[in-house]
Order: sequence, then C-alpha cells, then structure tokens
Amino acid sequence: MLEINSISKTFNADTVSEVKSLNEVSCTIEAESFVVLVGTNGSGKSTLLNAIAGNFFPDQGTIVLDGVDLTRMPEHKRAKHIGRVFQNPFSGTAPEMTIAENLALATKRGQLRGLGWALPHIITGEFRERVRPLGMELEDRLDNPIGKLSGGQRQALTLLMATWIKPKLLLLDEHTAALDPKTAIKVVRLTEEIVNRERLTTLMVTHSMQQAVNLGTRILMMHKGRIVHDFKGQEKQRLKAADLLALFDEIRKKEQIDPAAAEMINQLYV
Amino acid sequence: MSILIGALTMGLILALLSLGVFISFRIFNFPDITTEGSITLGASISAAMIVTGYDPWIATLAALAGGFLAGALTGIIHTRFAVNGLLSGILVMTALYSINLHVMGKSNVPLMSDRAIITGIEDFGKSLFSISGDVSLLGSTVPAKDVFILGSVFFIVVTFGFLLYLFLKTDMGTAMRATGNNQQMIRALGVNTNVMIILGLAISNALIALSGAVLAQYQGFSDVQMGIGMLVLGLASVIIGEALISDKSLGYLIAGAIGGSLIFRLLVAMALRIGLNPNDLKLITAVFVFIALVLPTVLKKYKKRGVQSKC
Repeated sequence: MLEINSISKTFNADTVSEVKSLNEVSCTIEAESFVVLVGTNGSGKSTLLNAIAGNFFPDQGTIVLDGVDLTRMPEHKRAKHIGRVFQNPFSGTAPEMTIAENLALATKRGQLRGLGWALPHIITGEFRERVRPLGMELEDRLDNPIGKLSGGQRQALTLLMATWIKPKLLLLDEHTAALDPKTAIKVVRLTEEIVNRERLTTLMVTHSMQQAVNLGTRILMMHKGRIVHDFKGQEKQRLKAADLLALFDEIRKKEQIDPAAAEMINQLYV
Repeated sequence: MSILIGALTMGLILALLSLGVFISFRIFNFPDITTEGSITLGASISAAMIVTGYDPWIATLAALAGGFLAGALTGIIHTRFAVNGLLSGILVMTALYSINLHVMGKSNVPLMSDRAIITGIEDFGKSLFSISGDVSLLGSTVPAKDVFILGSVFFIVVTFGFLLYLFLKTDMGTAMRATGNNQQMIRALGVNTNVMIILGLAISNALIALSGAVLAQYQGFSDVQMGIGMLVLGLASVIIGEALISDKSLGYLIAGAIGGSLIFRLLVAMALRIGLNPNDLKLITAVFVFIALVLPTVLKKYKKRGVQSKC
C-alpha cells in the first residue's frame, strides 16, 4: 500500500519561471490495485510519479510504501521496492550491452552487487524461459546489443526487467506513448498480463483515455498539481473514454470562463 | 632489432595507461585529464620510495594506491560536488603537479644505480634460464635482459588486462559499464551511480599510475613533466585499438587497447627512425586523435549527401 500525504513541489521557486507542480497531493493506493493517472499536459502526473520514484524530494509531505518511509530515501535505494518503465524506450535499457547483460542487471535490482559473475551459464536458461513469452523471438538473440532492437522490443524488455524481482510498486510513465499503435497494444497487453499474474500494485500514467478506461481498477485525474477526480469500483468500470474527455473539456471551459468573468467584474465595479 | 624490442616494451608499459584511459573514455565517456597527473604521481612515488630504500615491488604497489586515490578524488569532486568531469580532472591534475614535486623533493629523480623491479626481473630471468649477456633472436643478437624485460612487462600487462576483463564481467563491473551507458536505467535498478563513477575513475588512475611507476623504472628516472600529453597518447591507443577490431565486445576492446598502444609505439619508432623531429611527436599525436574523432562524423555526412544526390 502506498500512502502519499499532502506532498508539494515547486520548481524554480521565487523566480519568474516558478511552477507549482504538486499542490498538497494526498492519496492512498491499496495493495494490488492498478491505478491509472490521467491529466492535461503540465498537470503534475509525471511529476507525481517522479516524486514517488525519487527523482527529487518533495518540499513537504511524506511518501510511505508498505510502512517504509521513502520521503528522503535516495532514488537508487528506492529501487529495491519500486520497478519503473519510462516513456522513452531508450531510457530503460543500456544500449551497448547485450540483452542478457541487461537482464542480469535487473536480476540484482536493489541488491548488493559484488564480485560474483554477472552472467553464470545457468542463468541464461532462465532468461530464455522468461523472454520467450514476450513473443518477440528475442530468446535466441540474448547476446545481441539491446540498442539494435526496436522501441517496442526494448519497452517489453524494460517491463520484464522492472518486474523480474517482484516490486512492491510498479511505476509506468506513459510507457507506450512513444510506440506505434500496433506495438503499443502489444506492450499494453503484456503489461496487463504481468500485472495480473504477479498481482502488482501499479501506478500508470497515460495520455490515452482508451487505455485509462480499459486498464486498471481506479482512475485518478490530475489538474494543476492536484487530484481533481477519483473513480473506483463500479464507477470506474462504467466510465467510458468519452466521459473522461468530457471531464477534460469541463475543466478547460472553467478555466476559460474564470479569467473572462474576472475581467467582467473588474470592468463593472472599478 | 633492439629498437623493435625497445618500442614493444614501451608500448606494453603504456598499454597500462591505455587500459586506464579506456575505462574513463570508453566506459564513462569522458576524457579524464587526471591521467596526466596520475602517471607522474605513479612515477614519482615509486622513484622516491626506491631511492629511499624501499623494496621496488612495494614502491610500485604504493604508486598503484596513489593513482587509485587521485582518481577517487576526481570522481568525488565530479559526483558529490557536481563539478563538470573535465574540470574535476583539471583541478586534480593541477594539484598533483605540486604533490608530485613534494613527493620527489625536486623536479627529477634519477634511478640509475638503484635496484628497481626491472633489474629484479633481469636477475630472475638470468637465473631462470641460466644465461647472461646476449641472446640470438630472429637472426640478430640482442641483450638478454631486454628480452626478459619485454617478457615480464608483457606478463604484467596481460595479467592486468585479464583482471580488468574479469572485473567488468562481475555484477559490480556490469553495473559500472551500465552507469557509463545509461545512468537513469541503472539508478532505477538500484545502483548508486556516484559510487560507480568514483570507483571506476579510481581503478582507471590506479592503472595509469602503475604505468607511470613501471615507466620510471624502465627509463631510469621520474620527471615532474613526464605526464604532459599522456592523455592524448592514451586516447590514440584506444582509438587505434578500436579500429583494429571488428567485434566490439568487451574482451576485444581491452585487447584492442593493448594492441593499439603497441602499434602506436611501433609507428612512433618508425617515424623517428626515418627522421621525424621528436619535438613534433605530440603535435602529430594530437592531430591524429583529432582526425580519428572527426572522421566518423565527416564520413556520415558524405554518405548522407551521397544518398540525397541519388534521390
């Protein structure tokens, strides 16, 4: 279970480019739930994910995962508890190293790395077994540099690597946004399969409303650094992509009206 | 023949340098100029200790440790204090100049009459094969000690090259390579990239200082100026090595760095023999590295242009 207690983050504080990315965000994500995070550009959804992952420390508030306080824990130490897949397919793998070496790195996520052989012969069999279900015929190319693979293949492997050791929390940051539609569907299917099989607590950011309604057990909608809507259970099941789009429209309209209304009041009374 | 042996010996000694440069330049993708200070540091420590009566082997090990610390310092300045990598190296290199003068007490320490590992090797070789004086090699007569020295330096370089290869294949070494390749990814897998960079630069400069220590004992002196141009020389060796091999896997890259240093020394020996002014050596090396760095981009541009003109 992930507990986020009123975290805030302001970037470039006290300058002209000050951005209040997170504004006292609080939420609790139940164990084994699959939460989808949606929101407009700059709404803070990726920032929230990065705060949980430890890319930066929040200005205030706490982040607690299964009773462990992560708030001030450095990024590489959180990795013991958290698996991550990034938006950019190139971010999750080391391009000049082979598939097998990348997988070997993942088998030691959050553990002490000593002078043991990184690629003992026994392990390649296991690699083959777990890579085969990806259906990308990568099991016979374990000695190829990962940089030679397509974005989709690399993203599928990153997903496999992030979950090789079961994480307490899986963070997916628009991990299909940079893929072509066909590959994106494949990676989404794979994501669902792994999350369901391993019963992972998952937090996924997406731009695709279709993905948001199809996947997961709960939808959080963010706007201007706050969580503005929270759909779960039956409500989430009934939600359609069109409903989400309508909500976005509503938010946008409110925003357009507000400054205009303020202007009108200004003219009338001043 | 003795010129050839001399060039090969020198090439092997400086192969330790190119192994060190290989770590900073190819694994972490930044040319670490600490090199120029740490090779002199290695030479200074070993020379000063040998002169004061320490065992040459212990002096050489101390040089290795000195280089390790110098590299670690660069790494710490770079990671913990977020100073640009090149600048961190410049700071440590500059500081080492003074330190080297302090270590030696003067700008130059000759080793002529002192027992160094090189003479130790000579004696060992002579007693092992019970020969002295000259030996016949490929039809020409060469001093036996030169052959022993070449053989032992070869043994040292192969040992360290192999150890480096083994290390880079361990869990820790693989994490280190990934740090140079994709920091975001390896942090997300729980590796403290700062520690990896500090350790990597420490190992790199330890090898470079070792090279300096052996070099000082081979040429019979340590000089505070001897580090100048050593980074570019190491880069040249690494680049030549990469051009030699088609397979870019780790073992070949390490072997390439060693081979590159040998070939570079042979080229230098040939150039000097046909009348190159030794003063021009560093200029030519710098130009060579420049061309090697620029050539791939230029070729790519021409290829692109070629494709466009076809369309």
